[in-house]
Amino acid sequence: MIRAVMVINTQGKPRLAKFYDVQSLEKQQELIRNIYGVLCSRAENVSNFMEVESFFGPDTRLVYKHYATLYFVFIFDSSENELAMLDLIQVFVETLEKCFRNVCELDIVFNYSKMHAILDEIVFGGQVLETSSAEVMRAVEEISKLETASNSISLVPKSVSSWRSR
Amino acid sequence: MAGSSIMDTLFQRTLEDLIKGLRLQLIGESAFISKVMDEIRREIKSTDPHTKATALQKLSYLSSLYFYDMSFSAFHVVELMSSTRFAHKRIAYHAASHSFNESTPVLVLITNQLRKDLTSANVLEVSLALDCLARIATIDLARDLNPEIFTLLSSSKVFVRKKAIGVILRVFEKYPDAARVCFKRLVENLESSDPQIVSAAVGVFCELAPKDPKSYLPLAPEFYRILVDSKNNWVLIKVLKIFAKLAPLEPRLAKRVIEPICDHMRRTGAKSLVFECIRTVVTSFTDYESAVKLAVVKIREFLVEDDPNLKYLALHALSIVAPNHLWAVLENKEVVIKFLSDLDPNIKLESLHLVMAMVSENNVAEISRVLLNYSLKSDPEFCNEILGSILSTCCRNVYEIIIDFDWYVSLIGEMSRIPHCQKGDEIEKQLIDIGLRVKDVRPELVQVGRGLLIDPALLGNPFLHKILSAAAWVSGEYVEFSRNPLELMEALLQPRTGLLPPLIRAVYIQSAFKVLVFCIHSYFSETEIKASIPCPGNVVPLESELASEMECPEASESEIHNASPIRKQEENFNPRVSNQSFKDLSEDYGEQIDTSCGQTSSLASLERNVFTDESIINTLNKIELAVGPLSETHEVEILERARNLLCFIELIRQYLPNGLIQKEESLKMGEIEAYKIVELMQDAISDELGPVSVTAQERVPLPADLVLLENLADLEAVLPDIQPHLNSLSLGSPFLEETPGVPLPTHQNIEELEPTKESTSLLTEHRRRHGLYYLPSEKNDVSNDYPPANDLKSQDDAEDLVKLTEQSLVSKKKPNHAKPRPVVVKLDEGDLVPTAAKPQSKDDSLSDAVREVLFGNESNLSSSKNKPSDRSSSKNKGKEKLNVDTSELKEDLGIDKHHHTNSSSRKSKHHSHGKERRHRSSSDVGDQRDKNGEEGKKKSSHHHSRHKARPRTAAPSSVTPQTQVIPDFLL
Repeated sequence: MIRAVMVINTQGKPRLAKFYDVQSLEKQQELIRNIYGVLCSRAENVSNFMEVESFFGPDTRLVYKHYATLYFVFIFDSSENELAMLDLIQVFVETLEKCFRNVCELDIVFNYSKMHAILDEIVFGGQVLETSSAEVMRAVEEISKLETASNSISLVPKSVSSWRSR
Repeated sequence: MAGSSIMDTLFQRTLEDLIKGLRLQLIGESAFISKVMDEIRREIKSTDPHTKATALQKLSYLSSLYFYDMSFSAFHVVELMSSTRFAHKRIAYHAASHSFNESTPVLVLITNQLRKDLTSANVLEVSLALDCLARIATIDLARDLNPEIFTLLSSSKVFVRKKAIGVILRVFEKYPDAARVCFKRLVENLESSDPQIVSAAVGVFCELAPKDPKSYLPLAPEFYRILVDSKNNWVLIKVLKIFAKLAPLEPRLAKRVIEPICDHMRRTGAKSLVFECIRTVVTSFTDYESAVKLAVVKIREFLVEDDPNLKYLALHALSIVAPNHLWAVLENKEVVIKFLSDLDPNIKLESLHLVMAMVSENNVAEISRVLLNYSLKSDPEFCNEILGSILSTCCRNVYEIIIDFDWYVSLIGEMSRIPHCQKGDEIEKQLIDIGLRVKDVRPELVQVGRGLLIDPALLGNPFLHKILSAAAWVSGEYVEFSRNPLELMEALLQPRTGLLPPLIRAVYIQSAFKVLVFCIHSYFSETEIKASIPCPGNVVPLESELASEMECPEASESEIHNASPIRKQEENFNPRVSNQSFKDLSEDYGEQIDTSCGQTSSLASLERNVFTDESIINTLNKIELAVGPLSETHEVEILERARNLLCFIELIRQYLPNGLIQKEESLKMGEIEAYKIVELMQDAISDELGPVSVTAQERVPLPADLVLLENLADLEAVLPDIQPHLNSLSLGSPFLEETPGVPLPTHQNIEELEPTKESTSLLTEHRRRHGLYYLPSEKNDVSNDYPPANDLKSQDDAEDLVKLTEQSLVSKKKPNHAKPRPVVVKLDEGDLVPTAAKPQSKDDSLSDAVREVLFGNESNLSSSKNKPSDRSSSKNKGKEKLNVDTSELKEDLGIDKHHHTNSSSRKSKHHSHGKERRHRSSSDVGDQRDKNGEEGKKKSSHHHSRHKARPRTAAPSSVTPQTQVIPDFLL
């Protein structure tokens, strides 16, 4: 299963972090820092694997991909295929691309909620449930439609009613 | 109140404002965040759900990316979960799955809300609840919500059904009994026509299978069908992973699936699938030569790709093949060695492992040389990787591949001088170990040690201190092989030794002591005494007399209070030496003296000039100068040894000629007196040390009447002022010795105490009384006479080691080695750390549950405690069409099942399994049930008789039942 998904920028700031097994906040911070420390020392055009057993314990692997100012990092165990995980990063990024058109770091910074929606459609509790970015997009669009709907319905009556109740 | 609420709503910072503020950083990040946190704490208490939701969203954001604690918001999360607005609900669920864990107290409050959302008509709400559950489900939640999840497993909407399948994993993990209800449906989902559903279900099985592969063997036909039919690479990869776990359990299954796997490997264009096929073949199908060959061909294709990922993975796959099929590595030798200089650290490391896998006794010298040279040029990290892997490869299985130890020792010496070398610990261990085990290499070892000790530059490098410690110890212990002991002495006393840590410095001083004793001893034997007493004739009786007086060489005061690890080893070892019969001992000593006399005389030509009166006096002065100040030091270890050394000098000096004038009248009794002292010391030190078995301690038989108290508190009452580890029987406290009921500390302590005996009479007394604490003498063979390393006869009780050595025996007699391999001392079984008997993978409750569903047996009475859901489970099972008549069969089998409960659960599993299989086919056919039942009964009686026969063999071989039962696999 997938143990964690992270998006870290080249300055070492986490832009998205999701751990599928319980880790304390301090541990999360430390893991991200450690991983970034190794990532930023790696040259371009080398393999996309990194030794993380010292951070995450036995039977853990890490693949990452470097896009512009961001590292996309997946940490997983032996029940996933390394190359398939690289493909999955590709799927994730493609979906972001479709969602934001020419996705850049800023999109990711300002769309915290949407980022999670997308990731949750692809990876569910550590398991890959969806690999088609079209399917993911459809679900994410439905979610945001429902969200805006519920908000717009609520907004007017709520403010009016609370105004009245004064 | 309402006012503040509306103000909050109108002027509340949204998440976007927060992010913008963080980016502007007008007042610094942490100051800004703490301000925002204050706002959040206020806003989250708001009665307005919108305000609350926004606050919670901001909080989740800060917690997730800035690691601020949000546990205080748990109750508000629960409140917001029940919001009717989807947006709020989503924020709340997100916060819950991010921040809740097992110990969150409010978790008990959300069960009903989750249930409500799981049964909601809105798929997105269901999805939220499932997602949350997949992250935070506890045993209670899993149990209580099991029925809802069960319903969702057959939902018509793929979107929720796949998530319901996903959540199963967490539910099973937390609440294994859920399998009794849900497992059938999970299996049905494998047969779904929707690829997404199949993918999700296979994913779950891929997670479950490694934990207990046996239980999932009956599902092999389903997996096989997917393997053959599926076009989805994701699914195929997962199925391959499952088969990698199942195939080793059932040979015929392996035979069956290997063809489709090879087909996939040949046909597919997807690299990930090819790699998974390769990995599956090289991990679990190593017996299928043709498949492995195909995999190696594919590996080679990967190796020449441009993509470093493929190269890395190919190397990784090769290293999996290597132990069974070394030819695969050798075929690709050139490429692998080329990768040593790759830019990519991963690839370098993998190829290093492979190179080390290729090492054999014929090429170890060559490869090590190449690698060592290469390590000089590489970066520090990789350099140490290289050194580490050379060291670990060479010492594998007691230096199995080393023929020429002189070469190896000098290689280690060279290694120590590599600037980046940080392998001090390992080198130290090996230097000492080789010294103990390989007699023939000691001269070279001393030579290497000298080279290291004499170089003052090395003292400045803290990474080398451990190595220097070993070098000092070796030089002291085997000083008789030194070409120039006085030079060694100077090296040991050089001023820069002040840079060493105290423990290592203590080793230096101890070694200096040994060197000094050796020097004076040789000096005496060379000069006066030798002239007056003919050496061999006289020394031996003296020796044996000494030996009978004090068998325990370490009883000399120099050895007391030693705490350094090396010394410890010695002490552990000690009892064996001492337990030998006196005759043996004196014989041994005789031999030893003979050899050492031989050595001295062979070195005599060298030494005659070295040990003049002048040089000895000079040395003594030098020592006093260097060590004198240390007798004031605060470091106990150093202090103790320095004092020993100084006292010894003082003792000797009065008998030594003070100059040439006195020398004329020197042949007097004092000389002989001094000679005796030195002889004694020499004796104490020169006794040979051997490697210590790691199991030595365990071999001490536990005396029947030994009662060890958990708590030694009452001991303190007896001896208030003595520390428990010091109070010893041998310190001669008659009070203790005569009280039979007094708890003895431990064996370890007794052994340690033993050398501290000063008086020999007390010692013999002690031994007589406590003889049972010494190792039985028949196990003494290790101590003084070295059994030949590969002598099969001497290893009667270690068959497995024999097997290992047999391999080396075959290949060892290579004529092209100039030198014969020296004898390497091996202990019977003590070299290998005893592998703790692997804990039997205990049938955990999930496996039980799964088996129960799959095999329909009830062998596991333990886990079917009357949980409330059990009723529903049986109800549900009744509905399952496949199970319709398993219950009947269960009754058939029930009679004998009850006799064999947990212990025979595995066996009975197989039987019922056969039944189940038979059954399926029968239900397919339709009307032949009765006939089949008959057959089943016959079978069962057959098995029954087998059962009765079985208990005689303690470990039931699982093969026999399998061969009987599984023939209809995959048919």
